[in-house]
Amino acid sequence: MQLSEWHSGVLDPQGPIAIAERTILLNSTVIMLMVIVPVIVLTLIFAWWFRTSNHRARYLPDWSYSGPMELVVWSIPTLVILFLGGIAWIGSHELDPSKPLTSNATPLDVEVVSLDWKWLFIYPSLGIASVNRLVVPAGAPLRLRLTSATVMNSFFIPQLGSQIYTMAGMVTKLNLQADHAGIYPGLSAQFSGQGFSDMRFDAVVMQTTQFAQWIETTKKVDHALNTSSYAQLARPSVQVDQTLFSSIDAHLFDEVVNGAGMLHTMQTVQNNAAVAAP
Amino acid sequence: MLGKLSWAAIPLHQPIPLVASAVVIVGITAVLVLVIYKGWLPYLWREWITSVDHKRIGVMYIVLALIMLMRGFIDAMMMRTQLAVAAGSAQGYLPPEHYNQIFSAHGTIMIFMVGMTFMVGLMNFVVPLQIGARDVAFPVLNSVSFWLTAAGALLINLSLVVGEFARTGWLAYPPLSELAYSPGVGVDYYLWALQIAGVGSLLSGINLTTTILKLRTYGMGYARMPIFCWTALASNLLIIAAFPILTATLGMLLLDRYLGFHFFTNDFGGNAMMYINLIWAWGHPEVYILMLPAFGVFSAVISTFSSKPLFGYRSMIMATMSICMLSFMVWLHHFFTMGAGADVNGFFGIMTMIIAVPTGVKVFNWLFTLYGGRVRFETPLLWALGFMITFVIGGMTGVLLAIPPADFVLHNSLFLIAHFHNVIIGGVMFGAYAGYTFWFPKAFGFTLHERLGKAIFWCWLIGFYLAFMPLYILGLMGATRRMQHYSEMSWQPLMVVALVGAVIILLGIILTVVQLVVSIRARQSRKVGGDPWNGRTLEWSISSPPPSYNFIDLPQVSAPDSFWLTKQSDKPISDQHHDPDDVTPPTIPSPSAVGFVTAFFAVITGFALVWHIDWMAIMGLLCIVITWLVYAWRNSDDNEVSSQTIETFDASSAKSQTT
Repeated sequence: MQLSEWHSGVLDPQGPIAIAERTILLNSTVIMLMVIVPVIVLTLIFAWWFRTSNHRARYLPDWSYSGPMELVVWSIPTLVILFLGGIAWIGSHELDPSKPLTSNATPLDVEVVSLDWKWLFIYPSLGIASVNRLVVPAGAPLRLRLTSATVMNSFFIPQLGSQIYTMAGMVTKLNLQADHAGIYPGLSAQFSGQGFSDMRFDAVVMQTTQFAQWIETTKKVDHALNTSSYAQLARPSVQVDQTLFSSIDAHLFDEVVNGAGMLHTMQTVQNNAAVAAP
Repeated sequence: MLGKLSWAAIPLHQPIPLVASAVVIVGITAVLVLVIYKGWLPYLWREWITSVDHKRIGVMYIVLALIMLMRGFIDAMMMRTQLAVAAGSAQGYLPPEHYNQIFSAHGTIMIFMVGMTFMVGLMNFVVPLQIGARDVAFPVLNSVSFWLTAAGALLINLSLVVGEFARTGWLAYPPLSELAYSPGVGVDYYLWALQIAGVGSLLSGINLTTTILKLRTYGMGYARMPIFCWTALASNLLIIAAFPILTATLGMLLLDRYLGFHFFTNDFGGNAMMYINLIWAWGHPEVYILMLPAFGVFSAVISTFSSKPLFGYRSMIMATMSICMLSFMVWLHHFFTMGAGADVNGFFGIMTMIIAVPTGVKVFNWLFTLYGGRVRFETPLLWALGFMITFVIGGMTGVLLAIPPADFVLHNSLFLIAHFHNVIIGGVMFGAYAGYTFWFPKAFGFTLHERLGKAIFWCWLIGFYLAFMPLYILGLMGATRRMQHYSEMSWQPLMVVALVGAVIILLGIILTVVQLVVSIRARQSRKVGGDPWNGRTLEWSISSPPPSYNFIDLPQVSAPDSFWLTKQSDKPISDQHHDPDDVTPPTIPSPSAVGFVTAFFAVITGFALVWHIDWMAIMGLLCIVITWLVYAWRNSDDNEVSSQTIETFDASSAKSQTT
């Protein structure tokens, strides 16, 4: 399994969502540093200047209240928070994961299922699927619908922005976009048990023409995703190789959402076997 | 007969847990042998184990916290060494099934058994002294609370030797913690230990709240209470409001696991997100339960060592109480990434930021308390200054995480880990150390070694920055929490720096033990009187250590810094002393074994429930009920302190203060 290294994560954004999130991160940090740095410096200066051995410092043994100071003391944090609160409110709406991106390009739908311990990506409109390898075209909006077949996970590609939980029996929505071709690491950001650390995937962003070629080659692999191959896939396993499926069962995602609990019995057997060692 | 318990529960085939449990067993046996051989047992039983004196119980809480700090820190060292080596294709020396238990135990122990225990210990010791009371409102209940906390701690550590601990993280999110995905006994150990300790915390919260509301001395209106008591009141109100949520939430998970309920399961209509909402409805107030008393410690320390009253006393009360209220309205910021929608995320983001306002006010007030003071750089003040500088950085990253779109890329990353260690170490631990150094001479009548104290501070401060600043960077690089290994070689250098930081903190913890030993050995030459720091509040007006009844006469108070004012007015403190004909002698409650016995059976019940040994669980519960019935039908209660005892104490403390 070839997983690319990344060196800069969320500070090296490769899509509009990630860029907007980095901007908010950096702007808010700078705004707060304008208060934090003076507070740190003043703490050190006050403590040092008013040391007992400094006889030039004025001792004010009863100074414990000042109306104007109180006003300043309450105003500064209030103003900062008013400002940042605005950023938070607007940012929450602008960058809501379920909000569709506006673009001229045709959006691509992908259904994401987190399994123990790998990721299944289903392309409902293309009739193909893949494991641990999310291939998407550059510049087109991605409309992701996500769920979990087992425990909770969090779908996250740091360089493309927003993560979102995958939860059994529930569907979350996430809209992302990658601007440039490249391979970006993806991971689960929510601890999910034994194989969690290896729950990595590659987000492979291709130019539109290459992507079309990839669809064609995938359709030729002759490996169907149906009930039996899914049952095989759903068994707990770690470090699963990237796999492609040339055809899919169109209702699989909905079946996973509706029937997450059905896997329990099998899971229990599996886990019991693995549990011997504390 | 023994439920799920069998020889397989003993980790005979795994070297690390086996050695760890061997060390624990040998350690406990060695201490027991020493205690029995030296003949200390009757003394310990009479003066400590059965003691209902709030000062003794407070000390025992802190001893428990320090021991658990070492346990929790060993876990931390194991995690840091694992992550320093497990880069690229390397898997490190801890397999996931072991590593996952370690970070779960680390979080559980550090929050419940170190943070909580330390703060409750400080409040127990200090609050009655500061409000001029002779004890807490319910002294025997206080002993029950402490021993139940100790029972929870014992149960967690028992899992090291018999069976396993949870591998689910410190909050045991379902469905991972459900039977389907965690069929072992680890989660059950976690749940029963926290249920038992949680009852202790709740009882202690009720006790201290009642104490503050009802037992304040003459003249001490709410606006004349020392600020530490205000923060203690806020913290204990939060305990009363929040801990029942924890008990109910864990109770529902227990029903799922033991009786096949479906509150949080994937199937039959269960919904794990209900657990996650509920656990954080407790969990966020919990953060302030830890933090507020630490704020109180810093207020007391900064004001004392600046020789000035606290700046903006009323502002501080307002800030404390608004944090107390607001802490219940922010829980959703722990899972913005659930996909709740823009309005919900925006609301909880803003509510979270609003907490930064009263917190910012507090920082400014401490700053102006320093201004115009005569600042003495004793160890407690160093902790307070280190806190002010470190905590504002943690506050800043906290506000960053409160902005939903920023949280979408930082949630569950090592940035988050760095943030909460920044506020919990920089806030709670520094506060615990400040309080420990500050009130130690009051508890024992001699001071802790100063230079070692300063060395401990510098170890923690430098160690903290080395250990956690790299984690902020790693989080931005995309590193997530709870990884057992990672493929990016480029993360390794920062992980190694973090390990170096952890080693420096370890040195600080070792020096803490050294300082204690050195100070105790030199206690004769380190003796101090009642007021070693030129203190401001009532606890410094009585001898160190205080008599069991604290105050012969309950003092009259006219301001928060009442003792300072008394000293300023040149009125000798002895004027406040008793006139033997005038007052009724103080009464103190008799020692009681009910706390210890209850906790003993609670451990047995908890252990039996973990292993599904039904008869033993029923026996244990029955014994607890019998213990309480025997106590309820007791014949004697309070002991009057004879005037002879008081005179003897006065004479001996007068003698020790002149030497």
